[in-house]
Amino acid sequence: MSARNRGVAGSTPTPGGVTGGSPVTSAVAPRRVARKATRRGPLAGWLMLAPAVAAYGFFVIYPFALGAQYSFYDWNGVGASTWVGFQNYLRVFTDAEMLGSIRNAFVLIIFFTVIPVSVGLVLATLIRNIRAGVFSTVSQTILFLPQIIPLAAAGIAWSWMYAQTGTVNQILSAIGLGDFTRPWLAEYGFALPAVGLIGSWVLTGLCTVLLLTGIGKIDPSLYEAIRLDGAGWFREFVTITIPGLRQQIAILVTLTVIAALSSFDIIYTSTRGGPGRETLVPGLSIFRIGFTQSDVGLASAFGIVLMVLVLLVVVPLQRLSRESK
Amino acid sequence: MATLRRARIGRTPVAAAALLAVAGLTLAGCAPGGTTGPADGVEVSTELTTEDVVLTIADETGFPVTDALAEEFTKQHPNVTFEVTRDTFQNLTANAPRLLASDNPPDLIRLPTIGDTVKDGLLANLDPYYDAYGWDAWPASQLAPLRMSEDGVRGSGSLYQLGLGYSVTGIYMNLAHAEELGIEAPPESIAELEEQMQLAKDAGITPIMAGDSDGVVNFVVQAAMNQYADKDEFLSWMFNEPGASYNTPGNVEGAELIKKWADAGYFPSDINAIDYFTFVTRFSEGDGLFTFNGNWAAQGYQDALGDDVTFFLAPPAEKGGDHVAMGAANSFSVAAGSDNLNEVVYFLNWIHTDPKARQIIVDVTGASPGGDPSLPLPEVEPGSLIERAIAMSAQIGAENGQVDFMANTTAGIYAGSIIPESQLLVTGQITGKEFVERVQAFYEQEIGG
Repeated sequence: MSARNRGVAGSTPTPGGVTGGSPVTSAVAPRRVARKATRRGPLAGWLMLAPAVAAYGFFVIYPFALGAQYSFYDWNGVGASTWVGFQNYLRVFTDAEMLGSIRNAFVLIIFFTVIPVSVGLVLATLIRNIRAGVFSTVSQTILFLPQIIPLAAAGIAWSWMYAQTGTVNQILSAIGLGDFTRPWLAEYGFALPAVGLIGSWVLTGLCTVLLLTGIGKIDPSLYEAIRLDGAGWFREFVTITIPGLRQQIAILVTLTVIAALSSFDIIYTSTRGGPGRETLVPGLSIFRIGFTQSDVGLASAFGIVLMVLVLLVVVPLQRLSRESK
Repeated sequence: MATLRRARIGRTPVAAAALLAVAGLTLAGCAPGGTTGPADGVEVSTELTTEDVVLTIADETGFPVTDALAEEFTKQHPNVTFEVTRDTFQNLTANAPRLLASDNPPDLIRLPTIGDTVKDGLLANLDPYYDAYGWDAWPASQLAPLRMSEDGVRGSGSLYQLGLGYSVTGIYMNLAHAEELGIEAPPESIAELEEQMQLAKDAGITPIMAGDSDGVVNFVVQAAMNQYADKDEFLSWMFNEPGASYNTPGNVEGAELIKKWADAGYFPSDINAIDYFTFVTRFSEGDGLFTFNGNWAAQGYQDALGDDVTFFLAPPAEKGGDHVAMGAANSFSVAAGSDNLNEVVYFLNWIHTDPKARQIIVDVTGASPGGDPSLPLPEVEPGSLIERAIAMSAQIGAENGQVDFMANTTAGIYAGSIIPESQLLVTGQITGKEFVERVQAFYEQEIGG
């Protein structure tokens, strides 16, 4: 088991330094392939790339370029358009409603990223300590289940549970906390956390499972060593588990931060941004501006701003995960 | 070495993406969009073709009247068949401009707000048919909201829509609760309405059953405003006349009344979690003394509450004053690109004139069938809510008190401003003045932007 793990890890020289695979073999092999490729000429390479490049260009780059272009126009999506320069961008940065939706998206990071990753770490560590068997498989499956439910469906189901007569309030009443019952999604101050927790519920499973596979790749001898040194559960967690999971955590944080900043489906099916603009997020705002108000230019500008925001948050995270100690 | 390689890899895709983006921009050409002209050249005819024709209709889900009408029309004219496609109201209204601009637009489409579609040349101008069929005998006030001038102002200009039924709104009262509270008759002034609501509140009965998770509480908000606002001024705003404002003393007074009712606890405490179907269900189950809704709900309430419910127009501010109520056509437009212009307009005219079609409108929607007022009205069950609704339609027509729904003012104002701000208003978070000012600010931005 551990040998296989090490073999897999060894073929990709990770800068994390945990694996210690041989750089010699891994460096030689690609070079040989590269020489062959040069002999066939660069054309073969491009030919092989062509389908992917074409698809990427057509479905990603081209729409993106169009969106960037639209963002400089005042256009309803159908009729004639007028060039407005950076006016749409100016509005994104000065409109209180749009800025508020961006703020809400950042609050959602707590629920989409911080909670699922932390809970995932704890759960993964606990499951690792359970002997492999029916119980650990079942708990993994149960934890992962929310992940296969579409977010839109999760939003609808949870809006029923959060209703005045829903499951959440029934449980609160049953345990004597009847005074705390409220229409969760309609209450100022509670709506955003309530919606955020739906995201936590969905994403915790993904985090746990991915972190578990990561833990499996950590050399067990490291755990043995630290145990022999007399370290406790917490020391082991901080010194071995967390550094060993650096890559997985980086991936999860990236994925979940993107999910938080570009969230749409949960909000659309549960609160539609209400009460007031309490749970309005950029995704919903862009949808409304573009399709209900038919202001395609402004919607595109907001979309580009959202993309830049996501990159600003995610790119440093990527850098962080690549750096070795 | 490793750093170098990473750096190179790190930069290439960015450069490539930038290059492709530039290429894409160049490919995309200059300004997006263009002007689409109406497909002219169809000779106006009021005779129905004898050839086989398939008419396509895009309608919203949950409103089966188009199916019933199509079926009856095909029965009378077997050479004309229909294809009805349905989508939710939200999706349909969001996609309507694109559907209409497509190469193969639906012949007839449910379109609540004309918006930019006229400016973009997407709708067929029905003026030639207005003359050909003699629609000048129809109530002008009913058709006014379906017209648009060349400057994009509704209320006058060419006719671009017709209604499959013309609605009226009012207040439903649970008579069992009323009897229990000693209320003998529907309120005849706002003050009386407030007295009766207080009676209900004191007895632990919800005074007004309403919901605002999807904005429907605005039936109440606008009903209050209607009684204080200058009707023509209010309408000019809804029709987007230049310089028209929502921020008028009458509208503020109406909105402040809602704030007062919110503070007094006349609305359900979880109002922002209640959507249309929930509040309709709750009222049908006996929760609430009053509910503000339209004729389309009449049959449902009658089925649920039997004789324990009545329907009346929202009372004027002072006893004996004229009534003002929201009402609108269940508006449909003909696509400018329709291949069957004559046939689809024949169908629309038939809906307003054929006795069976008019009966279907009343039976299925509870709405007034519109058309020439001298035509006989369809039969309705005596004493039923639908009979009351038809009578209310006639009364509001006679008093010339019909106004459009403020949600129809612009395409984006309902979701973008009226819903979120009313959620704040009905929970007492903002004042009526703030509500009116915020909606007006959004309006100016949307109209100007």
